[in-house]
This record gives sequence, C-alpha cells and structure tokens, in this order.
Amino acid sequence: MEVVLKATNIVKYFNEPEPFQVLKDVSFEVKKGEFLSVVGKSGSGKSTLLYVLSTLDTDFTGGLEIRGEKLNGWSQNALAAFRNEHLGFVFQFHYLLPEFTALKNVMLPALKLGKYNEVEVEERAMNKLRMMDMQDFALKLSSKLSGGQQQRVAVARALINDPDIIMGDEPTGNLDKTNSQIIFDIFNRLAKENHQTIITVTHDPDFAAGSDRIIEMQDGQILAT
Amino acid sequence: MNWKLSFGIAITHIATKKKQSIVAMLGVLFGISMFIVMISFMTGVNRFLEDMAMDNTPHIHIYNPVTINEDKIIGQTDSSKNGWFVVHHQRPKNELAKIKNGLLMASLIEKIPGVKGVVPQVSSQVFFNNGPIQIPATISGIDVRKQDELFDLGSKMEEGRLDALLKGSDDVILGRGLAEKSGVRVGDKVSVTTPEGYNLLLKVVGIFSYGIVTLDDTKSYATLATVQKVLQRDPSYVTDLNVKLYDMQQASAIKTRLKAQLPGIYLEDWKEANAAILAGEKIRNIMTGVVSFTLLLVAGFGIYNIMNMNIVNKMKDIAILKATGFQGKDITAIFLLESIIIGVAGGLLGLLFGFAFSYMLSVTPFPAGTFFRINTFPVNFIPVHYVLGVLFGFATTLLAGYFPALKASRIDPVQIIRG
Repeated sequence: MEVVLKATNIVKYFNEPEPFQVLKDVSFEVKKGEFLSVVGKSGSGKSTLLYVLSTLDTDFTGGLEIRGEKLNGWSQNALAAFRNEHLGFVFQFHYLLPEFTALKNVMLPALKLGKYNEVEVEERAMNKLRMMDMQDFALKLSSKLSGGQQQRVAVARALINDPDIIMGDEPTGNLDKTNSQIIFDIFNRLAKENHQTIITVTHDPDFAAGSDRIIEMQDGQILAT
Repeated sequence: MNWKLSFGIAITHIATKKKQSIVAMLGVLFGISMFIVMISFMTGVNRFLEDMAMDNTPHIHIYNPVTINEDKIIGQTDSSKNGWFVVHHQRPKNELAKIKNGLLMASLIEKIPGVKGVVPQVSSQVFFNNGPIQIPATISGIDVRKQDELFDLGSKMEEGRLDALLKGSDDVILGRGLAEKSGVRVGDKVSVTTPEGYNLLLKVVGIFSYGIVTLDDTKSYATLATVQKVLQRDPSYVTDLNVKLYDMQQASAIKTRLKAQLPGIYLEDWKEANAAILAGEKIRNIMTGVVSFTLLLVAGFGIYNIMNMNIVNKMKDIAILKATGFQGKDITAIFLLESIIIGVAGGLLGLLFGFAFSYMLSVTPFPAGTFFRINTFPVNFIPVHYVLGVLFGFATTLLAGYFPALKASRIDPVQIIRG
C-alpha cells in the first residue's frame, strides 16, 4: 500500500503562557485506506499533532508530506487550496454554518473548488447526504438540526470533494452511543470501500479499538503504534 | 477567486441578520440623503442669491470714479526737486462723471466677441419730493429696449409697462419701495431735484420690483434723454456703460482686454461687485462639505462597528470556511461584499429619500418677508450631486468595511477550532 501521509521529526512549541514543547520529534507514516486512531491523555499533544497534519497549523519544524507533496513552506493560500481538494475535516463541535441549509453546508467546499458546476455539486451533495441518511433534512437550516444530525452533515461536507484523507478531531466526542456507531461505520466503510484514509483523534476506547491502527501519544511523543 | 460564491455567502449573512443590516443601511441612507438635501439646498441658495444679484449687475461695469489726482501740480515745479511739500486735504477736480465718447465706446465694445450687448446709462443721485419731505434716490437714464433685452427689466414691472417710457418724454418708473415712500401711483406726477438744484416734474408710468429692498427703495429709471434733461446735460453725456456677456465667467478675461484698450477708464466685473455674495457662497460650500463629510463619516463608523461585531460573532464560521479550503482573500471578499451591499443599498435608498426630502423642501413656503421675493425654499436638482452621493457612500462603506474584512481574513482557524 502506498504511503499517503508522512510526518518526519515534527517538533512544536507553545510559546504561551511559557515556552513548552508539545511535540517532540514525532515521525510516522499513514498508508492509503488506513483507518487510524490517535489516542492519549489530555495534553499529550494528539490534537496539536492533528492540526499540524491538517496544514491548518504551520508553526512547527519537521517535514510534512501528503500525497507525495512536501507541504513545508507553502503559502497559506496554497495550503487552503490543498485542504479544499485533498483533506476533509470533522470536528468535535460539528461547526456547520448556522445560516445555511444542510445541503448548502455540504456544497460550499465543492463550490469553492469549482470542479463541478452548481447543479452537479448539488447532486453530489445530495448523494453524500443520502450516504449519511440525512437526505430528508437537506433543506433544513443546519442550526435546526440535532447534534447527531449536524455531525452527520459535517461528515458529508468532509466527503464532498472526495478527499484522500479525512481528519477527525474527536468526531464522536459529543455524541451518544448510537450516533457514534453511525459515524464509526461510515468511517470504516470509507476506508474499506473507497480507500480513503481516516485519521481521528479520539477519547473513545471502543471507537479506537475498532480502527485499523492506534497511535498512542504521551508527553508529545508516540508511545506505541 | 469565486465572486459568485462569496456574494452568495454575503447575501445569506445579510438576510439572516436583517435587523443589524437594516441599522447599518439606515446609517448610510441617512448620511447620503442628508448630503443630497444639504447640497441641493445650499447650491439652491447660492443660485438664488446669484440670480438675484446678477439680474441687476452688469457683467462688466464701466464708469468714471471720483479720483484724487496723486500727481500734484506743485510736484511738477522745480522747487520740489530739492525739497518736499505737503498738501492738506486735497479735493477732487470738478470733473464730470461723464465717460468721454461713451456712446461710440459702447458701439465698439459691442463688437468684441463674447459681448452680448452694452447699455449706456446716465445715473445721478436725485431727491424725490413728497411734499416737504425729500427722499434720496438714484435715477438712471437707460436705453429702454436694450435694458429690457439684456437685463430683463420688463419682467420686473409690477404696474404699468416698460414701453410706456418710450411713448412720451418726462416719464419715469419707480421701484416699489420708492413709490410708496413718495406716495405716488402710476399716472401721478412727482417732482425730482438734482444735486445741482435743477428741478423737474416727471410722470410715473410704471412701478417695478427686483425683490431686493435696497434696490426697490432707491432706484428709478427713465429714458436717457429725460435724465440728460433733468441733469441739464447734452445728449452725449453718459456716465456708465453696462456690459452683458454671453458667458459671465469670461468677465475677467474681457475686462483685462478692455483695460488695455481703454486706459484711464475704470472697469469692474461682477465678481468684484458681488464680492459679499461670492464670499457667502464660499462659506456655504465649505459648510456643506464639512457637514456632508461628517454625516458620511458617522455612517462609515456605523458600518465599521457593525461589521466588526459581525466578524466577532462569525469567528467560528470563518474558521470553518478556512479549514475547508477558503482562502484569506475569499473571506475578505465575503465581508467586503457585505459592506458594499449595505452601502449600495443604503446609498440608493439615500438618493431616493434625499430627492424626496429635497422636493418637499422645494415646495415648502419660505417666510422671507418682503426682503426677498421668494415663495419657497430654493432647491437645486442637479444629477451630478446624486452621482457624487452614491460615489461618496460607496467609498465610505468600502473603506469602513475593508478593515474588518481584512481582520476576518487574518483569523487563525486553529485558535478558534481548538477553543
């Protein structure tokens, strides 16, 4: 299996309130189609690591390579375009745009990408919502949906541009057992059927146990993989 | 950059925050409409005062002022070369106010390109006698047809007709105030005394009104011949030449030209004659500018505040947009477009309201009393002002929206998402 993400010697400091090394020389690889869980206690640096991998946080040293492209030193605009096309995000607190319908929320990243016209984008967005079993709520304002429903819409949004990697920051952290299971099943299916790579940070031992591989972090270092 | 997408998001934001958007819009609306009302009214006042003054003011006025000869005769003697002399309280020479060859000069000036016409005039201080009371006034002998053609005297007639002056001799028309003070009506006779002591009985054939008290209280007109007769002068006696131009802005240029050709003759253009009105105009223009600027500035701050608040409220949205691939300039575009939409909508509505207010003002009775002849507020409707209003409104909102939008584009998504 080819390597889709490669992190080498990642070091990151927090300067506030006082200098503190969060990530200490972290190196690992993720293969295409792998379902990876990053676990660890609070403050172990697992979330920080995820944001470094997501290209949102560029304030680190070390090498980051995704899809064979070295992303160090890219401009913010170039990274934004890269995220748009190749990365999908699911956050703990769903983070949908409250003024827009579920459908529009899913469509926005695709409209930004501009690969398909609006009609096609809408159709694709409906398909993704159907995948999440959310098609009946497509035209509802996202702020009117329940937490579990919002998270499913957020996953649909993460999938809209068919990204190589889907990153989740405790995607089930705010959900009940049933909804967590739904999200887990979807991730599992994406990895197995679409060979999309899943990297999630999680506190949920069951969720982690079900994934292909677990990376355990402690004090900014990888304890075990 | 995908403008359509940014525009769509901007519109959605505005539509979901209706109250806030309307408040911001009202700020612009108020600023622009007041700007329109201010500038329309102020330029209206300017035009009104200018028109009123210009009715009666020649573009170039040629006359012989009373002068004191600085070149003293005693100075021409030998003794002054090795000494000095003092002349106390020198008097002017007993010179006639006459312009030499005035009528010939008038016909020559009329041939200069740009000159519409020249009215020769004989003016003098006189007293109108009302029983034992003497009322000081001026009488001007005019070429009636030309005066009417160039200065539109006919339209100022309140009673009688201007033509009546041409029908007989020893006829006169009086200003409204002067007629009242003299206690005469059309058809009455009035006795006139010149400073030299000559006396003549004139028949009142008309009463005019300029709508300016100082003129209506003191002016009277008769034919050239009548006034020459009152003053006991010959028919070549002319004291003033009033020049009317096609374009009044040419006055200075033509005046300079005439001055070179007519040494020793005093010329005055309308700008010098109306310096007070022009100064007033300048002050009103400055006031309009300052007030309009302040209004727009306040509207701008309104937008700035609301957009800033808006962006603080939308931190999460901005972070998520950035995380999903929107670039800094996309974010800037979204929020800039929001202020532009607010600005343009507010600006256009402002024009509409400004026009409505101006119109209402233009039909509102203006209590000017008898001092000015005016019924309603003078208001101008000039398209350029409306274009300016939109441009200013647009520029203000663009500027006011730019800084918050820039701030939005610099939000670090990691900080927001991690909390």
